[in-house]
Amino acid sequence: MADTILELQNVSKRFGDTDVLNGISISIAKGEFITLLGPSGCGKTTTLRIIAGLEAPDCGRVLLNGRDVTDAEPNHRDVNTVFQNYALFPHMNVAANIGYSLRLKRRPRDEIRKAVAQVLELVQLTGYEKRMPSELSGGQKQRVAIARALINQPSVLLLDEPLGALDLQLRRQMQLELKALQKQLGLTFIYITHDQEEALNMSDRIAVMREGRFEQIGTPAEVYDNPRTSYVARFVGEANILKGRVRKAEGDHLVLDCAGGCAQALCHGHSFAAGDWVTLAVRSEAVDFSQDPNSCAIPALVREKTFAGGMLRITLELSDGSTLIASRHGINLALEPGDLVYAAWDAASAVPVDVGCGE
Amino acid sequence: MKKTKRSRIWLTLVPLYVFTLIFVAGPLLYMIILSFETRAETWGVLHELTFKNYREIFQPAYLKTFGESLKLAFTSTLLVAALGYPFGYFMAKLSQKWKKRMLLLLMVPFWTSSLIRLYGWIIIFRANGVLDQLLLGVGVTDEPLKLLYTYPAVVVGMVYSLLQFMIFAVYSSAEKMDWTLVEAARDLGASPLKAFLTVTWKLTLPGLLSGVILTFIPSMGLFYIADILGGNKVVLVGSVIQEQLLKTRNWPFAAALSVVLMLLTTLMISLYKRITHTTELEGLL
Repeated sequence: MADTILELQNVSKRFGDTDVLNGISISIAKGEFITLLGPSGCGKTTTLRIIAGLEAPDCGRVLLNGRDVTDAEPNHRDVNTVFQNYALFPHMNVAANIGYSLRLKRRPRDEIRKAVAQVLELVQLTGYEKRMPSELSGGQKQRVAIARALINQPSVLLLDEPLGALDLQLRRQMQLELKALQKQLGLTFIYITHDQEEALNMSDRIAVMREGRFEQIGTPAEVYDNPRTSYVARFVGEANILKGRVRKAEGDHLVLDCAGGCAQALCHGHSFAAGDWVTLAVRSEAVDFSQDPNSCAIPALVREKTFAGGMLRITLELSDGSTLIASRHGINLALEPGDLVYAAWDAASAVPVDVGCGE
Repeated sequence: MKKTKRSRIWLTLVPLYVFTLIFVAGPLLYMIILSFETRAETWGVLHELTFKNYREIFQPAYLKTFGESLKLAFTSTLLVAALGYPFGYFMAKLSQKWKKRMLLLLMVPFWTSSLIRLYGWIIIFRANGVLDQLLLGVGVTDEPLKLLYTYPAVVVGMVYSLLQFMIFAVYSSAEKMDWTLVEAARDLGASPLKAFLTVTWKLTLPGLLSGVILTFIPSMGLFYIADILGGNKVVLVGSVIQEQLLKTRNWPFAAALSVVLMLLTTLMISLYKRITHTTELEGLL
């Protein structure tokens, strides 16, 4: 891996009786865009605050550029934050907000003005110097907050759900802009979101968090195609989770008894023997229908068809009462609620999860 | 539909205007007219236009009284600000539970008449009173301080009576403040002191200034504090007005004094508006 810029070693944090972080470790490379993904309350904001120095960990160490900064004050860290609510100073105009950190460093006025103009151009807000934060729209505030954090060219830029308050269209646009900005400047971004789509879109690596731990760290493709646990599979891309018992294991190929039918899967690096219970994650878009009961498939009843975001979602009910979601592009499908179908998938698209973690 | 709405608005506005006319504009106008009239020999007022009352104010004795009043008001306001600002600031940082408790504790003294509470200070301040006994007992002083009927006693009484207003004003602006702004300042490289000066101080300044107004204006007129704790040693404009009105019965002169006092305070408020660009006073309960 390239040069490590930031390292968390076994960081833990308690608030009262709650363990917010349970000894997390991660190492982040220079120029990387890494996303901490998880539901609210999973400890992602606390992780960010510990990196920024706004919160002290109970134990563990934070290394920035190889230096131990665990006990360093926030103003002595080469790290800047884009806050969730922007936290723009309401009594300063845009230029004063952005130039704040340079004024603290007592840089000459001309230099500050130039630097402010430069970052304003970067975030496409040239000419907004004299505006007050109250006169800006949500998207503009967001850009100012980013510009203010960028002007110092910090080693690491921390972004706490920066797009959370924006509407969908603006969010998509800002995602692209942020990613382009990060590439252009070669900065390290640590990005927090609970939106899996955003994480998959922008990140070099995703760290899926759950109850103060990293559940899985990997590239978007790894996390999406090869989730390690059912939690990751469900959180990233809403996979179907099924339990089955191995009927036959031939090399990498598995045939399982599953929900009153037959299912296939690949081992994905694990080894199984006949009779083992296996939990499978299957993406909804991988679920196929066949009318042929003789192939390896699971009998299912069509319950519901809904159309959203260009995708048709078909809810199927299995004989054991569990549901299976299938999705298709387009709106035309010759199935109606009440129809009996046989659901099947490619062996490669079914991934065994929760292996060896006792779940 | 629209018409009924409009007439309803008038129905609610008319009493408001009538009330304001009768109880605010009327007396004010009467006072201003009175200040240009002449005192009658025995009783009441003669309707003769004169500027004598205003000329009289420029006598050294009365100018000195205005000076004394301003000095006391400035001293009290300064002390109230010095004590009340940190109090209100730290109160805003307490947990919700403790905030409520502190607010209640601050309200409790209001349940007793302020006059009675001032008499309490007499017991504390008088020669060989509670304070003297305490200081003599501890050995800080060798003889009674006899603080009652001195200038410091009046200042203490003023500060005691007005401190709550400052605390509430500062508290309400500090309470409204978004504390992530301080974190943002720290994140951008500010030391704790620098973050306070560039962010917290700037954003709580309107509260402090409105506290200053809420302290300064009453302290110009709270004559009974000077009377009770200062005896006749500390004479304020308020005392003079009261004396002229009730004892000397020179109503026009009392009115003229009141008008000047009012102009002075108006000047202060317009200065406040200049500084803060707002007409709103924070912390008015």
